[in-house]
Amino acid sequence: MVQVKVFGSLTSATDGRSEVNIDASTLRELLDGLAEQYPAIKPQLERGISVAIDGKVYNDSWFTPIHEDSEVVLLARLKGG
Amino acid sequence: MALDSKSDGEKLNFKVIGTRPLRPDGIDKVTGRARFGADMSAPGMLVGLVLRSPHAHARIKSIDTSAAEALTGVHAVVTRADFGAVENEATADVLDNCMAGDKALYDGHAVAAVAATSGKIAKQALKLIEIDYEPLPHVTDVDAAMQPDAPSLHDGRANETVPEGMSPNVMARHEFGHGDIEAGLAQADRVLERTYRTEATHQGYIEPHACLASMGPDGQADLWCCTQGHYMVRNTCAEILGIEQGQLRVTASEIGGGFGGKTTVFLEPVALKLAQKSGRPVKMVMSRAEVLRATGPTASSSIDVRIGMTKDGRITAGFAELRYQGGAYPGSPVDMGSMSAFAPYDLENVKTVGWDVVTNRPKQAAYRAPGAPMAAFAVESAIDELAKGFGLDPLEVRLKNAAREGTRASYGPTYPAIGLEATLRKAKDHPHWSAPLGPNQGRGVACGFWFNFGGDTCVSLNITPDGTVTLSEGNPDIGGSRASMSMMAAEELGIPYDKVRTVIADTGSLGQNEVTDGSRVTFAVGLATIEAARAAKREMCKRAAMVWGIDEEAVVWEDGAAKPAGPNAGDHEPMSLAEIAAIASNTGGPIAGHFEVNAEGAGVSFATHMVDTEVDPDTGAVKILRYTVFQDAGKAVHPSYVEGQFQGGAVQGIGWALNEEYIYGEDGILQNPGFLDYRIPVASDLPMIDTVILEIPNPGHPYGVRGVGETSIVPPLAAVANAVSEAAGVRMTALPMSPPRVLAAIQSENG
Repeated sequence: MVQVKVFGSLTSATDGRSEVNIDASTLRELLDGLAEQYPAIKPQLERGISVAIDGKVYNDSWFTPIHEDSEVVLLARLKGG
Repeated sequence: MALDSKSDGEKLNFKVIGTRPLRPDGIDKVTGRARFGADMSAPGMLVGLVLRSPHAHARIKSIDTSAAEALTGVHAVVTRADFGAVENEATADVLDNCMAGDKALYDGHAVAAVAATSGKIAKQALKLIEIDYEPLPHVTDVDAAMQPDAPSLHDGRANETVPEGMSPNVMARHEFGHGDIEAGLAQADRVLERTYRTEATHQGYIEPHACLASMGPDGQADLWCCTQGHYMVRNTCAEILGIEQGQLRVTASEIGGGFGGKTTVFLEPVALKLAQKSGRPVKMVMSRAEVLRATGPTASSSIDVRIGMTKDGRITAGFAELRYQGGAYPGSPVDMGSMSAFAPYDLENVKTVGWDVVTNRPKQAAYRAPGAPMAAFAVESAIDELAKGFGLDPLEVRLKNAAREGTRASYGPTYPAIGLEATLRKAKDHPHWSAPLGPNQGRGVACGFWFNFGGDTCVSLNITPDGTVTLSEGNPDIGGSRASMSMMAAEELGIPYDKVRTVIADTGSLGQNEVTDGSRVTFAVGLATIEAARAAKREMCKRAAMVWGIDEEAVVWEDGAAKPAGPNAGDHEPMSLAEIAAIASNTGGPIAGHFEVNAEGAGVSFATHMVDTEVDPDTGAVKILRYTVFQDAGKAVHPSYVEGQFQGGAVQGIGWALNEEYIYGEDGILQNPGFLDYRIPVASDLPMIDTVILEIPNPGHPYGVRGVGETSIVPPLAAVANAVSEAAGVRMTALPMSPPRVLAAIQSENG
């Protein structure tokens, strides 16, 4: 089970919780678990999301490992110029 | 893929990295041999031109193209009716921006296009297209667009984050932060509340958009264009035209600047459709007015800030509400602005709320660190005002509050080792900080943050039979990537820089590559280049082992040659890369190295800028006297290019701060679509921009490289505003600080 920090405007999709627990050991399991436990988060997942895992930001790599003590933070999908 | 494992620390004594070889594109560019987007041609080529809306907002009741089609020399006319539906909402917006549907949403919006045998005939044909418009009320200001009774561009497109009852022009709400703002503000000795405004600015690339499209009756298509990402062009155009990505080959031309503005398509799907319809190649080149009217500037903004500070300079709470208009479609970078606004600081209580708003302006496009410069302008101006109000040193205040390793970032994660404090200390120790100032002069400092990212990357490194090396990468070179990739390959292979030539391959030659954006290329493509070179080295060691009749594990690569690993491997003379290449046909065939990766986990970046200005109290004119950039590059592969990135960001920020703005009339028509009236800084406006490169290695890259392309545009808006405010004796809260605005502020302050 990993603890996931949810940013403010997304908490309306997580019953107001700014931290949720998801059973996941990879990024893919995390995203699937979020969608399953909190279906209201799906529109944001479809628009795109970035995830900081232990201080590094990931966009797409499904099999990035996540450990139980990892710091996991959801972010708006990063853009660049 | 996590990249920590690739951080090997093997290369501490670089031979090529950190030197300043001649740029490989230099001679081509100064002699005119370089082929930019408008330099391409093809047999039987037609000229394509676009008809654009003269209205800020209008319903298109009907379009009659029959007279244009009947004109001799016209081979095709296209309107939105020629394009099918696109399922993906974001791509559908791109199509609608390239060719309007039911409504023209801004002055300059494309409504039809023609392809003819000459530009003259094409222009004549545009005049023959009859469009019945129903003008609609318009809105171009972000705050006006948020009023509940504002003219609506789209109904029902707000996403689920927007509360009920807001203007239909509000597309999304973003919120980030932690702690308790009100409790934090209560601990402050002073709470500053200010509203800041910035105007939309264009990326200002010198080369207008241009492309040449060709499509055969078998559906195979080719496109040459100036872009920051030809794979993005391929994928987007294929989706819009309903063709397979593999059937469309896109080749990127030399590029005359992009700065984020060439990370999407404007002409390309239209040119392909004209080519498909006419059966002839079609070339399209925008005029400067078209570039300014119809390609993406950045968002304009209106930002409320509340910051509390103790009298010894500790920030107790920071709050910002950011409103960005991103033109006629959703997607302004207010989310990035909201995440980055307070990112340089270690704050217990911080919150940002961002609103994405649509207006009757061209669809915004990314511009270097999209969304961050405006947010930094607001926050860094407020911190400066608070610090100076307490009589504190603004650099010391920033050091007191600086984010460090272990700080919880304002946008959520805990920072690993970061370089902000190092840039502040360098700034404080620099002679610039203690240099005397004269009358009507002021000095400003500001910090800036940017995320950086990596993304899909694919490179191929080939050893030629004569022992030279060609490297194919899939990212247009906008910041010196051909030089830096050649340098990293040369370093890794142990050969001279001039033995490596890097080319930008077309979309048929390599796998998917992310756009040249996000300060990603030197980091991600560099990483892939090093790994591709390592793969080639392994193969060359294997070939040498075959020749020597020993195990390949007994061979090492040193100084550009394969050598026996030790005495037990036998007494063999080293075989150079050239010697191994010469017998490649005899030892198994061509030698190459490849690497494919989604390079995630790029490190964040910080900078501190310092600027001196002089204000003419009689005219309000501002002169930049001195400017110094302090930024962490991780490892500067080619320091001249790194300095160029620092200087370029500073200069674009100076333009944003002092002169550049989109000016709309009451009629919603852009008043200044040309470089005479939309004034970017030129060399005579500027002093030498000094740079201090810090090198704090990025653990996510084999050589410690960190992206540097975007961060340098984040601090200058605020740094210049802080300097001008000091010089003018009045706090400036709106950009640009053009002479009339500065003069009005001085006169207002002086009663």
